[in-house]
Amino acid sequence: MTSLHANPLRDPQDRRLPRIAGPCGLVLFGVTGDLSRKKLMPAIYDLANRGLLPPGFSLVGFARRDWAHQDFTQIVHDAVKEYARTPFREEVWEQLNQGFRFVSGTFDDDTAFGRLRETVEELDESRGTSGNHAFYLSIPPSYFPDVVGQLKEHGLASPEGGNWRRVVIEKPFGHDLASARQLNAVVSEVFPPESVFRIDHYLGKETVQNILAFRFANAMFEPVWNSNYVDHVQITMAEDIGIGGRAGYYDGIGAARDVIQNHLLQLMALIAMEDPASFEARSLRLEKQKLLSAVTLPQRLDLHSARGQYAAGWQGGEKVIGYLDEADISNTSTTETYAALRLDIENRRWAGVPFYLRTGKRLGRRVTEVAVSFKRAPHLPFTSTATEELGQNALVMRIQPDEGVTLRFGAKVPGTAMELRDVNMDFAYGGAFVESSPEAYERLILDVLLGDPPLFPRHEEVELSWRILDPVVQYWAENGQPEPYASGSWGPDSATEMLARDGRTWRRP
Amino acid sequence: MRIDLTGTNASQVTSSLLQARRQAGSPSMGMVLTLVVVTDEAHHGEALRSAREVSTEHPARILGVIRGPARGKSRLDAEVTIGDGTSGETALLRLSGELTRHPVSVVTPLLLADSPVVVWWPNDAPDDPAGDPLGRLAQRRITDCANSRRRSTAMAGQAQHHTAGNTDLSWTRLTPWRALLAAGLDQHPVRVTSATVEAKTPNPSADLLAAWLGSRLEVPVETRRSGGPGITAARLHSSHGDISLDRPDGRLATFRIPGEADRPVALQRRSTAELLAEELRRLDNDDIYQQTVLAYARSQQPPAKGKRSTGTKTTGTKTTGKTTGKTTGKTTGKTTGKTTGTKTATKTRTGSTRRRRT
Repeated sequence: MTSLHANPLRDPQDRRLPRIAGPCGLVLFGVTGDLSRKKLMPAIYDLANRGLLPPGFSLVGFARRDWAHQDFTQIVHDAVKEYARTPFREEVWEQLNQGFRFVSGTFDDDTAFGRLRETVEELDESRGTSGNHAFYLSIPPSYFPDVVGQLKEHGLASPEGGNWRRVVIEKPFGHDLASARQLNAVVSEVFPPESVFRIDHYLGKETVQNILAFRFANAMFEPVWNSNYVDHVQITMAEDIGIGGRAGYYDGIGAARDVIQNHLLQLMALIAMEDPASFEARSLRLEKQKLLSAVTLPQRLDLHSARGQYAAGWQGGEKVIGYLDEADISNTSTTETYAALRLDIENRRWAGVPFYLRTGKRLGRRVTEVAVSFKRAPHLPFTSTATEELGQNALVMRIQPDEGVTLRFGAKVPGTAMELRDVNMDFAYGGAFVESSPEAYERLILDVLLGDPPLFPRHEEVELSWRILDPVVQYWAENGQPEPYASGSWGPDSATEMLARDGRTWRRP
Repeated sequence: MRIDLTGTNASQVTSSLLQARRQAGSPSMGMVLTLVVVTDEAHHGEALRSAREVSTEHPARILGVIRGPARGKSRLDAEVTIGDGTSGETALLRLSGELTRHPVSVVTPLLLADSPVVVWWPNDAPDDPAGDPLGRLAQRRITDCANSRRRSTAMAGQAQHHTAGNTDLSWTRLTPWRALLAAGLDQHPVRVTSATVEAKTPNPSADLLAAWLGSRLEVPVETRRSGGPGITAARLHSSHGDISLDRPDGRLATFRIPGEADRPVALQRRSTAELLAEELRRLDNDDIYQQTVLAYARSQQPPAKGKRSTGTKTTGTKTTGKTTGKTTGKTTGKTTGKTTGTKTATKTRTGSTRRRRT
């Protein structure tokens, strides 16, 4: 009965049938955290509501709180009611509710992990989770050794007889190359590489996956996707908020480590990589790794990088305080909240095309986009006055919000004179498409349960990213205070100067 | 914004769409398809509401076509709407007089250039949608037998004239059921010996589920009548026990696998907009639906070996088109009425053609 016959009810042609994960459970460490409440629990509910979770799916919460089972259920209930994307349905809740368990304890408490094991075994019995469990570590990395060690100690990390155990970890994957390696050593000692799922929620976004579709499913963009036509590429992730309550995490980490190391370098890899042999995890990873290993830093970091720290000011009509005035931040902190960097790619396709990466908090507005700027036409058969307002052609992939693609090109201004001006051609994923398109976490959690790894960066990619970023962060650390910039602006002057040196300007996203 | 046009023509409708779009500040033009909704005065409100809801996921130009009275002077009235919470544009076209016989002439100039056309009949549909003049414009034709006035016979008509690109929402309604049953067999791979579907009949979805199970598993499938709502159970029988899905209340089902604890699973009935959205995700032919509906058509044919069948006579091979509407509709209507309450069993066997009704 365990032999795998082809299921007669399945057919590759039957594309309506969703992939439903086999019976399994998720053990969540750090249930009280923001991420758990705002993203993970709602995503689990949304998956159930869409009929994508296996019947019998179970969720075990593990935290230090002295909660009874009902308290945990209440927390999940509230989180789902408030943050879920799909409407609350009593019957979906009933389906999930019966699979909730809570284990109270600290990460070094042997008896708590003993209880966790009993709970998991009880679920295998009563809910039919069949020994398949994923452990989601939504906790600071400093606790990883404890938790992973405990999982191993109590036999929770090793699968038996065909079932699986997986571990899910969130960024940051270390804070430099050395710590990333150390972290990996801890996790890989217990879990084999194919059972480790590193979540970079950006890779779960529909629009990011669309980059691959856009590049490799179309004929018309690839011919110009190289240094013959592309002048430069700008990758921006701007946030309008400050650090909020994350002082403890953010201070000492900064924008570059928080965002560039993972999100922006992954975006860059997807934009610039060669076409993979297939869309299997291995092929994608190989291409991304090849690209990341061809990335070089500028010789003079002082000329081609910029960093800043937000100062008090007005952002979006509200008066806001500066970074150094935030609670729990030392007023001598040198942590940057804005980072910009030029990178080059040493390969045939991209040699000579700079990639400018920037990210920051308290900027003009919240936006993530990749803008590919093309070279000017080699010859313009117009008078110079006619083309005064003509810029460079650009192709912009808008990742969030307002997902879509913009093509910017010159057009004639109506009138008797020949005058040219830039216009936009827009593709939007529909006005409210965003609402019905799944959250990144839904896709990623489902992929973890299905054991489908293409969207999860492997350890090699993480190491390569740190290799790129480490010298920059180190250079900054040796060079004092970041330059303050007004909240609500588009960053420090040094960032503008950095592009001006190359004869370019930042696009206002 | 909304523009009303009376006594108009297609080119005025086109220019109103353009005008409305310009006045709304040229919102995005990323429409991906034209959805033609063929409806009537009684149902257009609800149908267009569902279509607009769908256009948030699939930005579309929605053309509602209402064929009014065929007598009187030829006339076209239109209501053009843009914005109002949708990402596409809507034009409601009221045809009357001789024009009701030439809806294609109104719709053709309004189709979006070079993008797919989908025709949806939310209620009554022609038995041969692909042969219908409007249906011929489309690459995808969506019917809904469960909402047809001829609920009990509509599916037979669709099955007989099935053409690549046709689907029925009765099939779409089954997706969660099929997904769970397939997942059940994934988890517990046994040799299924027979299957049972229980539903309040007539129920086109239940017929399709039985046909699907029969054709995929190559086992006899029994359809039992229950009190509803909709499909109440599906069971796969094997020597190890049943893989079953019971949904007595139309929302929460119990999923059973031999040797394992019962698991509740949410299986609520979905809204028309949700069904339509699923439909529009695929614009090519649904091969599995085709196999299923053809299996269903085979099971509908009168028994070959001289076995007597009652009731199904009129749904015979040749006489569909008009006769189904007139005769079968009525007779079945009545007979079902009479026999309600008694347990009726319909055996469907694929390959061999055996089916008894009433």
